[in-house]
Amino acid sequence: MSAAATAAAVAARFRPGDRVKVRWADVPGHIRTPWYIRGHTGVIERLCGAYPNPEELAYTRSGLPAQPLYRVRFAQSQVWPDYVGSRADTIDVEIYQHWLDPA
Amino acid sequence: MRSHHDMGGLPAGRVEATGHDYALWEKRVDALMELLAGVGRMTVDELRKNIEAIGPDAYDRMTYYERWIHSISQTLIQRGVITIDELGRKMAQVEARHKEEGR
Amino acid sequence: MHEHPHDHDGHSHGHSDPHPGVRPDADDTLSYYQVMEIAVRELLIEKGVLSADAIRREVEKMDARSPALGAQVIARAWIDPAFKAKLLERGNDALVDLGLERGPYRLVVVENTADVHNVVVCTLCSCYPRWLLGLPPDWYKSRNYRSRVVREPRAVLREFGLDLSERVTVRVHDSTANMRYLVLPARPAGTERWGEQQLAAVVTRDCMIGVAVPTASS
Repeated sequence: MSAAATAAAVAARFRPGDRVKVRWADVPGHIRTPWYIRGHTGVIERLCGAYPNPEELAYTRSGLPAQPLYRVRFAQSQVWPDYVGSRADTIDVEIYQHWLDPA
Repeated sequence: MRSHHDMGGLPAGRVEATGHDYALWEKRVDALMELLAGVGRMTVDELRKNIEAIGPDAYDRMTYYERWIHSISQTLIQRGVITIDELGRKMAQVEARHKEEGR
Repeated sequence: MHEHPHDHDGHSHGHSDPHPGVRPDADDTLSYYQVMEIAVRELLIEKGVLSADAIRREVEKMDARSPALGAQVIARAWIDPAFKAKLLERGNDALVDLGLERGPYRLVVVENTADVHNVVVCTLCSCYPRWLLGLPPDWYKSRNYRSRVVREPRAVLREFGLDLSERVTVRVHDSTANMRYLVLPARPAGTERWGEQQLAAVVTRDCMIGVAVPTASS
């Protein structure tokens, strides 16, 4: 991430271990939060840093201030009601902070 | 509305371990993208946005690098690097030249 | 200053081709999108945005990348615990220690153990650690893989010939943003006396994506 992005980053709200809920939103445009994970609750696995917002970069804007990006871990059995596998199986998804609420 | 490219979790067929040796033109499309990003004329987010804008039927029918060159063209037009008219005339020229050489 | 488009690299293909991996040769025709590629490239060169040389060099750079680079990283991690620790903690720095490209994205290395198996996907497009593994295979970018591996990873892994016990936890990693993932497979049994090169030879691309595991006999 560039020095400019670091300087203009939104403060990180969450820490590893925090429970978070992915916002449910049905909006048009370029979005990196997959449909299948919206509305689900998971746990912050790590903070990945802060990056210019792709939802802005896609339209030739700066994407600043940079958004904290997390890896969020979800239990597969909670994401998919019909999941076949171990209760311990997980799926990790990278999600920007503005898509996350405390849970 | 769920976008066509956002396919995680949807029903789909058996995964066939397909691959092919990339053709030179495909590698050149890849190189164009890398270099345009490097000189600040395009972001990967714009590449994705303009791929996502391809209609569902065409998205599934087009090959990977066909989607890319379509998207790169769109982005360059949107940014005013090239015009639709220039591209149309150049494509006609390329085709005519190729036919000429093929004889 | 035109670069002449002697595109006799074949691999042209019809739009209705149901098998994207199999491209019939058609040296004498250019597809619509091949024409577009030549036109865009020539326009960019004419306008001074890019040079023909830079494009050629970029293609050569990508041609030089292959899963052998990633395999080298894995083999070193198997024989050097300090390197492995650094690889898991600060992946890009560890690459530089091996004389490899740092890479344009942050590298996240996920370790397979007796209890955990990791598998990587990009459901939204085709994110992949290209500077370490080269260009991704077609199946990685396919609708079938991208749709299904997040929801039924065990079934998909079985289609690749990998049948995992219920006692093994499966972790799927959806590469949706700025991280790129490399699976560090478990070192196969029976390789205790092997050297680094011999070890690297059993680490395939699929092992580093997580749809296969290396074996001493592979």
